[in-house]
Amino acid sequence: MTELAVTVIGPDRPGIVADVAEALAALGANLTDSTMTRLRGHFTMTLICAGELRVEQVEAALAPLGLPFAVRDVGADEPVRQAGETYLVSVHGADRLGIVAAVTRELAGAGANITDLSTRLTGPLYVLLAEVELPAADAATLAERLAVVAAELDVGITFRPTQADLL
Amino acid sequence: MSLPFDPADLGEGTVLPVVYAPAPVLGVPGEAVDPTDPAVVRLAADLFATMRVSPGCVGLAAPQVGAGLRLFVVDVTGHPKASTVHGAYALANAEILEASRWRPGREGCMSVPDLTGDVKRAGRIVVSGELPGSGRKITITTDAFEARALQHEIDHCAGRLFLDRVSGAHAVYQRKVYL
Repeated sequence: MTELAVTVIGPDRPGIVADVAEALAALGANLTDSTMTRLRGHFTMTLICAGELRVEQVEAALAPLGLPFAVRDVGADEPVRQAGETYLVSVHGADRLGIVAAVTRELAGAGANITDLSTRLTGPLYVLLAEVELPAADAATLAERLAVVAAELDVGITFRPTQADLL
Repeated sequence: MSLPFDPADLGEGTVLPVVYAPAPVLGVPGEAVDPTDPAVVRLAADLFATMRVSPGCVGLAAPQVGAGLRLFVVDVTGHPKASTVHGAYALANAEILEASRWRPGREGCMSVPDLTGDVKRAGRIVVSGELPGSGRKITITTDAFEARALQHEIDHCAGRLFLDRVSGAHAVYQRKVYL
């Protein structure tokens, strides 16, 4: 079983997901994890697919779609390690250069592992949301560091544990 | 359920311009107010006037019109998601005394016009506060949409936006698409 990482980005229009998913299904490539979303006017797909596949086969199947894409063999799936508790970082403020860089550098410095992150720019407002894993013992220190970064960037930052309801 | 409060007693208000994030006033905890201060009563009237001319607006807090104060107005009358409704009222220096029955829901904000977000709020709360004008201290027990609206406005008075409470990395949604 091969696992391939596929990225596709193109001007948004109806049918991009259908076209790509159909091409992959025809090759017997099973879609596993993916994110597919619209960023400004571009539709983006990042996905892992598994099957008895070669990179060249997938490239040949996607080429006719006329969308920029990349395919890469990422090897077999490694079990994901959970590095502590899950926290959510919310950042919002006036857009300026380097918000993501400054916040994520602080997260990295604290050993926080980002598992999911999204940003939105609407007018002058910049919003960053990041889910991170972090040993609980390091949370208080990171919260203090983020408060310093918030003051430096002149943005609001909240850092809190995510609430997972186990049913 | 009605409160010993009539917005008409505040006098005629003026429609004020609403401020939008990232305005600094929206991120700073508001100061406590004297609910009998004529300036506070006037501001409450202005908040009502501004809320009334804003389609779909069910609450407005002083920081949203540029005043860093613990004062807001709400009116969820007739809203389909409302259960208990106390009508149109203003509250100064409100505090949440009890919160339970936490539920997710999607909310927006006049000061963040392009985004909405999934936020967990208490479905039942007990809130204390003072009525502008009389200065009378009251306690309100409410639920469902009125509880959500109160929590949203009390957050504004503490310098918090719904963006500070969204539930995950993908829990913020664009309202309009700019292409």
